[in-house]
Amino acid sequence: MAAHYLSVEQVEMTFETKGATTNVLKEISLGVERGEYISIIGHSGCGKSTLLNIIAGLTESTSGAVILDGKEVNAPGPDRSVVFQNHSLLPWLTVYENVSLAVNKTFARSKSKTERHEWILKNLEMVGMSHALNKRPAEISGGMKQRVGIARALSMEPKVLLLDEPFGALDALTRAHLQEEVMRIQDELGNTVIMITHDVDEAVLLSDRIVMLTNGPSARIGEVLNIDLPRPRNRIALADDAKYNHYRQEVLRFLYEKQRKVESLAEHREKAAPISSAKKAHA
Amino acid sequence: MNTSTRSDTLAKTMFSIGPSLLCLRDTLVQKVLPPVVILALLMGIWEILCSSPTASLPAPSQVISDTWELIINPFYDYGGNDKGMGWQILASLERVAYGYLLAVVAGISLGVLVGQSTWALRGLDPVFQVLRTVPPLAWLPISLAGFQDSTPSAIFVIFITAIWPIIINTSVGVRNIPEDYRNVARVIRLNGYEYFTRIMLPAAAPYIFSGLRIGVGLSWLAIVAAEMLIGGVGIGFFIWDAWNASMLSDIVLALVYVGIVGFFLDRIVAFIGNLVTRGTTQS
Ligand SMILES: Nc1ncnc2c1ncn2[C@@H]1O[C@H](COP(=O)(O)OP(=O)(O)OP(=O)(O)O)[C@@H](O)[C@H]1O
Ligand SMILES: [Mg+2]
Repeated sequence: MAAHYLSVEQVEMTFETKGATTNVLKEISLGVERGEYISIIGHSGCGKSTLLNIIAGLTESTSGAVILDGKEVNAPGPDRSVVFQNHSLLPWLTVYENVSLAVNKTFARSKSKTERHEWILKNLEMVGMSHALNKRPAEISGGMKQRVGIARALSMEPKVLLLDEPFGALDALTRAHLQEEVMRIQDELGNTVIMITHDVDEAVLLSDRIVMLTNGPSARIGEVLNIDLPRPRNRIALADDAKYNHYRQEVLRFLYEKQRKVESLAEHREKAAPISSAKKAHA
Repeated sequence: MNTSTRSDTLAKTMFSIGPSLLCLRDTLVQKVLPPVVILALLMGIWEILCSSPTASLPAPSQVISDTWELIINPFYDYGGNDKGMGWQILASLERVAYGYLLAVVAGISLGVLVGQSTWALRGLDPVFQVLRTVPPLAWLPISLAGFQDSTPSAIFVIFITAIWPIIINTSVGVRNIPEDYRNVARVIRLNGYEYFTRIMLPAAAPYIFSGLRIGVGLSWLAIVAAEMLIGGVGIGFFIWDAWNASMLSDIVLALVYVGIVGFFLDRIVAFIGNLVTRGTTQS
């Protein structure tokens, strides 16, 4: 078995809160190659964020391991920078300072002061935010905040870029715009990216591979779909593309047909094992 | 012809300054007029109530004529306790400054400790909740016994009065730091000191300042009472002295000063708070 750039091996996650235990993730194994763009898709609450946080090192898995570039991940770090769902810029810092906080810390030794300054400007330019260097997050739009969040994550030169529903809170037009930007940057830099989404079009348009999670509790990887579409991709041209629509349908079928089945299966299981449902009622 | 052009320009300038004059007049009417009217009304009532020769309290006119020497000459110094009102106030302010600054440093430190550590919260919170209900003056005998000297005792009373709201507000602020900010700090790998200065203090600043504001008000409340008991130069003992000499007008004047100084202390802390937390209040 060839070693992957990033491999998630037999990861399990069980939360314990006030006596009740919830098994969120079960036997998650996944290999990611360098430069690959992976999407993780699944219904709300199935454990996508939990999985991403485990890869980021922000959450410790109950069992299993995450190995990046030959080293086991056990703490968060700039080599796995995260773009959080709600931008999470620091409101008391300007756009420039939000990025410089990350850059000055990550490259404190390896870059000189002027080099760091230029690197900050370069990353903000890449996401088209050069015009607002001295604005505070409260003074810019939601789309702009997300751009700055992306610039901050990219500026750390991560081995893997982790995106947790990066465009979830944006309107459709802004979202499309930012998707284009991310595709362009990805072409340019060849980053390894793992992105969480629940937007089917977004997943097919951006990814090399789509990982579909089954419904929780105990979510597993249900299916993995390879997206074999040439890059650069154009959303308008792809709208009529037979292959693209086929991929779309595959994902839709998984989410809306197969997952419904799993739901009824879960109900069925509960009927068969009244003890577990009694436990839940107690909790 | 000539005159008509002149009147034209006159009309124009009238127009251009007209709005700003109107605006100024509006703010005068809305902001300044109501307090002036109320104040005049209250003074009038007071004057009428106390104008009879048998009245036990002096009327405003009486107060002014009695204390005219003190009003026009706030910085005289005849040695001993016989000093102008300015010196009395400054002496009180000095004590408040020492006690309050100590409370700020200790209160923020303890607040951070309690906010950060669940163990410290469980251990210290009940203690704080009990101690904070002890009236400021109840501390005075103990601190006199402990310090054997009046000045440190007064400072201690200020300290112990002001510290509780600072501790409690700081700990609430620290506990309410959004998980996202912590995660950002962990991904960037900020060390403890950087986390404290770059994330924790700015994020908790609005809470900290509301504690500081309550604290400064309480310490000014406590100083007057404390000084009445310990003597020496200070506005509190001035009032006590005037009472013993039956100089009621002096007391009234002192009360006016105490009120005005307390008002400005509150405003100064609020002003600094606004400066510091500018931008922190979230979008
Ligand atoms: N710290 C925690 N303690 C207990 N349970 C948790 C914790 N974090 C998450 N969970 C549970 O784990 C499950 C998965 O949560 P997660 O946030 O990963 O879902 P998600 O797939 O990202 O959902 P969404 O699409 O709505 O963001 C949820 O049922 C949630 O209640
Ligand atoms: Mg999520």
